[in-house]
Amino acid sequence: MRQHHTQSQPDEPCVVFRDVAVRRGGHIIWRDGNFSIPMGSVTAIVGTNGTGKTTMMQAELGLLPLENGSIRVLGRPAGDANHLIGYVPQSYTSDIESNLTAEQSVLLGLTGTRFGIHRVSREEKAKACKALDFVGIADRAAYRLSELSGGQRQRVAIAQALVGDPQLLMLDEPLANLDLASQRSVVDVLAKLNRELGMTIQVVAHDLNMLLPVLTGAVYLLDGHPHYAALDEVLDSNLLTHLYGTSVRVVTTPQGDMFVTPGLRTDDETPQDTHDPIELAALHRHEGGSR
Amino acid sequence: MNGIQFAFDPNWLDTLSAPFMTNAFLAGLAISLAAGVMGYFTIARHSTFAAHALAHIGLPGATGAVLLGLPVSLGLGVFALGGALVIGALGKRASQREIATGTVLAFATGLGLFFARLSSSASQQMQSILFGSILTITTGQIIGFLVFDAVLLAVLAVIYRPLLFSSLDEQVAQAKGVPIGVMNIAFMAIMAGVITIAVPAVGTLLIFALVITPAAAANIIARSPFRAMVMATALCLTAIWGGLVLSAMFPAPPSFIIVALSTAFWAVSRGVAALRKRH
Repeated sequence: MRQHHTQSQPDEPCVVFRDVAVRRGGHIIWRDGNFSIPMGSVTAIVGTNGTGKTTMMQAELGLLPLENGSIRVLGRPAGDANHLIGYVPQSYTSDIESNLTAEQSVLLGLTGTRFGIHRVSREEKAKACKALDFVGIADRAAYRLSELSGGQRQRVAIAQALVGDPQLLMLDEPLANLDLASQRSVVDVLAKLNRELGMTIQVVAHDLNMLLPVLTGAVYLLDGHPHYAALDEVLDSNLLTHLYGTSVRVVTTPQGDMFVTPGLRTDDETPQDTHDPIELAALHRHEGGSR
Repeated sequence: MNGIQFAFDPNWLDTLSAPFMTNAFLAGLAISLAAGVMGYFTIARHSTFAAHALAHIGLPGATGAVLLGLPVSLGLGVFALGGALVIGALGKRASQREIATGTVLAFATGLGLFFARLSSSASQQMQSILFGSILTITTGQIIGFLVFDAVLLAVLAVIYRPLLFSSLDEQVAQAKGVPIGVMNIAFMAIMAGVITIAVPAVGTLLIFALVITPAAAANIIARSPFRAMVMATALCLTAIWGGLVLSAMFPAPPSFIIVALSTAFWAVSRGVAALRKRH
């Protein structure tokens, strides 16, 4: 895998949203998307169920026509830079009925778009092997996906996304349905990708706790608008409580680690999901103060 | 009154050397190749029920063709292809919609019966369309089968990897530039062809065991898509040829023995896989 800091302008953000609105199933699910995500960042996309987190990724990939506005990814219109993006959708490999091995699955990331008869070259095999090695499961290359655990399959999926040397990696709920150790191993891979290769990463996530050590910021989908904020702004109890519709606390431990914990219901006297107008106005900070 | 006769036929070798048997063996070869290769993709795309339904959608075409004095395969093929194009155009997800598929399947089967009852000749052919009649396959049909196999292999050689990639996950494939709409339609159209050539062997009702079951058994054993396709073809061929030989020895319809062998292969591979897991 090559190190990519950027191919486009050094100061250009990785993702730029301008007045974006998207529609799904006849409804506009969010609008007024105005933000940019810097290169080399690790961003969580957070929000409750059905707020359009996956939809946001699909819009960035150009798989979904925009209702309004524009999205630029890696300096190009959404969809034009997909060869530079590694995409791992939700539960990508969970119900595969085929008998592909881990290596064959990763190779498809390189050869899957190729029409006609071609032999897989030695270089391509070496690349697949390197990608599997990077995510720490080179020893399972010859195993079938069905023989691997959920966490291992998730890492194979990441390896498939990595094998094409992406600059941006997009993962949809990569930690869902994984046990703690597997979640940890996936987060370690993300940390390594960001640290060693300078890769920009976006993760749709329900639970921020596991990702906190690697995150630099978050897009939160709140009240029908996507917002981007750096991590210290996101980790605010009021905002998170509002975002998740249930009481959430931010705890700073003596080591400086921060945890986001659901507050206990019994000692929770604040009403849930309060839509206080002043608070909402404070939360609706739009970039550049244009709104 | 006749009792049930289930006696070994000592003249089975004579039966096997009859010309209609040669045709049946050749047809078996052509069908196995098509079914073995496409069975793999059908399973990978979670479209096995849709493939089964195509055979039933073909049924009114087959009985309707008899009604109009046209070849059965033509009517079957046209209806199956029409159904395939509709399902293909609706997308891969549509081929996984069990209730819609099942409802259309039942309606088509009923319509097939209605057409069959409109003429006595269609009525007579109904049984062979439903359960197959591999012993009556003509040389002309075999030539058609072989041409289809050649086209199938040529098309697959071109679209093999994108088809496999889109079978894993459409969105990833689409994001990378695979034309998934074309893949869907190509897959379903080829499937309609496979159904059309496999129905004469085992009929619309038993087709699942010929097209899907050997591929499912091969999937359990083989370690790569290509090996699975080769093995599915071999299992399918063994089922058909074994069915022909055994039906010459014992008074049982070939369709039954073909399906029974295919089911047995699948059951054995499931059993072996389960035992392996324990150790």
